[in-house]
Parts: sequence; C-alpha cells; structure tokens
Amino acid sequence: MSWSDDQPMVSIKDLHKSFGDLEVLQGVSLDVMKGEVICIIGPSGSGKSTLIRCINALNDIQQGSIMVEGQEVNDPHLNKLELRKKVGMVFQQYNLFPHKTALQNIMMAPLSVLKSDPVEVEELARRLIKKVRLEGKEESYPGELSGGQQQRVAIARSLAMNPDVMLFDEVTAALDPETVNEVLSTIKDLAHDGMTCLLVTHEMGFAREVADHIYFTDRGVIVEHGPPAIFFDNAKDPRTVEFLGQILS
Amino acid sequence: MRQTKQRVLPVMLSPVKRICEERFQLRAWHGLALATIALLASIPVLAQTDPTRASIFDVLVRWMPLLLEGFVFNIIISISAMGIGTIAGAALGLGQISLNKWVRKPAWLITQFFRNAPWLVLLFFAMFLLPFEIHIGSLTIPLPDWLKAMVGLSLPVMANVSEIVRGAVVSLPSGQWEAAESLAFSRTQTLWQIILPQCIKRMLPPWMNLYSILTMATVLASVVGVSEVMTLTGQALAAEGGRSDLLLPFYSFVLLLFFVYCYPIARWTVHMEKKFAVIN
Repeated sequence: MSWSDDQPMVSIKDLHKSFGDLEVLQGVSLDVMKGEVICIIGPSGSGKSTLIRCINALNDIQQGSIMVEGQEVNDPHLNKLELRKKVGMVFQQYNLFPHKTALQNIMMAPLSVLKSDPVEVEELARRLIKKVRLEGKEESYPGELSGGQQQRVAIARSLAMNPDVMLFDEVTAALDPETVNEVLSTIKDLAHDGMTCLLVTHEMGFAREVADHIYFTDRGVIVEHGPPAIFFDNAKDPRTVEFLGQILS
Repeated sequence: MRQTKQRVLPVMLSPVKRICEERFQLRAWHGLALATIALLASIPVLAQTDPTRASIFDVLVRWMPLLLEGFVFNIIISISAMGIGTIAGAALGLGQISLNKWVRKPAWLITQFFRNAPWLVLLFFAMFLLPFEIHIGSLTIPLPDWLKAMVGLSLPVMANVSEIVRGAVVSLPSGQWEAAESLAFSRTQTLWQIILPQCIKRMLPPWMNLYSILTMATVLASVVGVSEVMTLTGQALAAEGGRSDLLLPFYSFVLLLFFVYCYPIARWTVHMEKKFAVIN
C-alpha cells in the first residue's frame, strides 16, 4: 500500500510523554513526508530516543497525537502488530537474536509474522545480506560478528519486513569509529533508494550530507529545526548555537 | 660501557601462582575414601563381637540386594517427582510472567507458598489429603503410598522450577523483547521463538542442582512409610535383632549409594555451568 506524497507519512502533534513525574517530552510536533530523511539531534536526556520509540508504540504517550500513514498511534484500540509491520526500528545495541544465524535473524519475522513463502523469504534474506554487504556471513551467529556487521544484520532484519518508515535510535553510538562508516553508508544507500528514515544521531557529517531536515531537541522540546544548509550555518537559537559549537568543535 | 638497567613494569612480571591451586580441594576419591573408612571402621568392632554371630560383612552382603532395590525405588521417585514438578513448574513459571493479573498473581502466590514450606510437611499434606483410592465411574483406582509421596515431593520441585523459569526469562536483556516487538512478533511468538530458547541454557544448571537436592530428599518418604532404602534399612536392622554393631555399616552403605549417584550429577552440573556460562 503506497502512501500519497502530499500527506505527511508521520505526523506528530503536541506530544507529551512522562515517565512517572518526569516529563520527558513537553509538546513536540514534527512532520515527515514520504522519502524524507530526518535527523534528530540534541544533548542526552533531551528526549530524542523517547520520541522515536513513541512512534512505533514501544512507549505509550500521555497527551498529543502521532499519526503514521493515517493511523493514530495513541488509539487504545490500535493494532500494534499492524503498525509495527509498517515501522521498522534499529537499536543502538543491535538486539540480534543470539541463538539464530544472521540469515535466520533476517528470515524469522517474515516467516512467522507475515507468513510468507519460505523460499521467497530466503531469497529476500540473501538479497538483503548482499545489499548490506555481508555476503559470506549468512551462517554466522551474532557472537561471531563485529559490532558493525551485527548492526548491518539488524538493519537487514528490519528491512525484511518491508516497512514504510525506518527508525534508527543512535545506531552508531556503540561502534568504534572505523565501523561507523560501514553502517552509515548502508543507511545512505537506503535513503537514496527512497526509504523514509528518522534518525537519532550524533553523526553531524552524516546529517549534513544526507538529511532533508534536522530537528534539535533540548529538555523535551524542539528548539529549532531546518534543512541542513540553514541549520548548521545559520542557527538562530542560542541553545542550538551552543550545542553545535560543542559538537562541531 | 654503561649498562642501562631496564625498568620492569609490574605488569610484565610473571603472574603470581594461583593460590587456589595450592589450597586443598575436595575430590571424588576423598568422598569414596571417607565412606570406605566408615565401612572399614566398623570392622574392628568385629573383634569384640560374639564369634557365633554372623560377621558384619556377611550380613551386609546378604541384605544388599534388598537395599539396592530400595535405592532404585528412591531414584524412581526422584525422577517421577522431577518430571511432574518440572512440567507443572514450567507452566507456573510462565504464569508468573503473564500479562493477565488473574493468572500472574495466583501463580506467584502458589510459587511462594510451596517454595517456603518444609518439604516433609508438604509430603505429609500429600499423604493425608490425597485419598487412598479414587473412584471414576465404576472404576476404583487405589493410590499407593509411593504415588502420593511422588506427588508430595513434586510440589516443592514445582515451586522451585517456577522460580527458575521466571528468573531465566527475566534475566534476558529487555532489548530482545523490544527487538521482537519492533518486528511485529506477538507476545506468544516472542516467548516461544526468541525468549525461551535462550532461557534453556540458563535454566539447566539450577535445574540439575534441584534434582540433586530432590534425590537426597527422597529419604523423607521413609517418614511416611514408603518402602524405600531408609525404611528397608531400618527393617533389615530390626530383622537382625537390633545389633548395634550393624548400624554404622548399614547407614554408611546407604550414604555410599547416594554419594555414588549424586556426586557425578554434581560434577556434571559444574561442567554444564562452565559450558553455559552466561556472559552479558
């Protein structure tokens, strides 16, 4: 099912999220159009990860609305499984299933959840392994792979479900600098293929090069946002300027 | 010619020999030697006994087949109680992690109750609360003592297995659940395809430890009259006229039986623990 190009694919309006007494998100609004790459940056504790975890209903929300392809995530009658077939997520800690090989990790969800034909699923899985440049690692277990390789398997695993939106939660934060580029170029390829991506990231170089729009969060609100060209060079809010000064120095 | 003295950093020095290698460690042969010494210690008593009475060794050999039969019965009770307890306990353990509070809270209550009750008391409960025969339609099935003992001992096993299962599931990183959820797995699918397979390894060492404890606890069945090794030993001693010089040899023999059965299991458990050591 293809979504129309003129409506935002993901539309967040006035989102409030608290963990007990701590209000982590204090009224966040943003729109993501189909095919856009959005980067969310900000200091730790600003609510970035919480924000994208709300989009695929890993966290519940107290107030506000999140619409994914017209479906309201805050709806108590929401079929979470249907939502998650459309929204894929890649985690900082990879979270691969250690008792299955790389190929099996990728094949599990389409087989069990989508109940697709096993032959087709295996073909798809092998294609995805090739796409993330891990030929030869199909029968390796996650424990035998490096961090960067595991992360790429994790990306392939999410792609196997053919989602419409991909969420990336600081996916390169746990990797050493050499392997960061492996993963980033995989995401870059995805973006060029037209996947709608939301990334929480600290990789400013990547954001500047690939993102269509950048959002800066601090203490639960979006302080400033804009296309990379304007955002990095002409930031207006003093908090943004200070943060960029620290990060880019 | 000047000789520059090379500075040796502490980290370069050869490692200090591990202290634990020099410390005394119990080995299998120690236990065997202990039991044998206990048996042999009873032989000097021979010197003081009446020469018309049969020698201790002859008496022991005469009763050995019966005692071995009784011990096999202990093993059967332990295996059956472990089997019943494991199945019931696994179900209870999964109940403890249920999202439905009407399943979760009773499961927790049952686990806590049977875990904190003395095994002998539970055995008595089973013996006296279960009927001596059950009627199904026109069929009357007698419930023998050993069956009730089996059920009685399976109760603490059930509670401990429940905790082992719950503990293993909870010990997995939450990232596994989140990854599965993000891939649109249902909770049941997540549990059976992703969580439980990873838990099996973690559950094996404590489960085997439980079996070892259960095997040794099967002698409690003698208190409620089941004809297992302790009961039979008592009866054999009574048949021999209550000779005090037979006490040590006979009970040492029973000790030896349990040791020979349980120690290999304990060693195997240690081997499994090392093999399945969880590095998080």
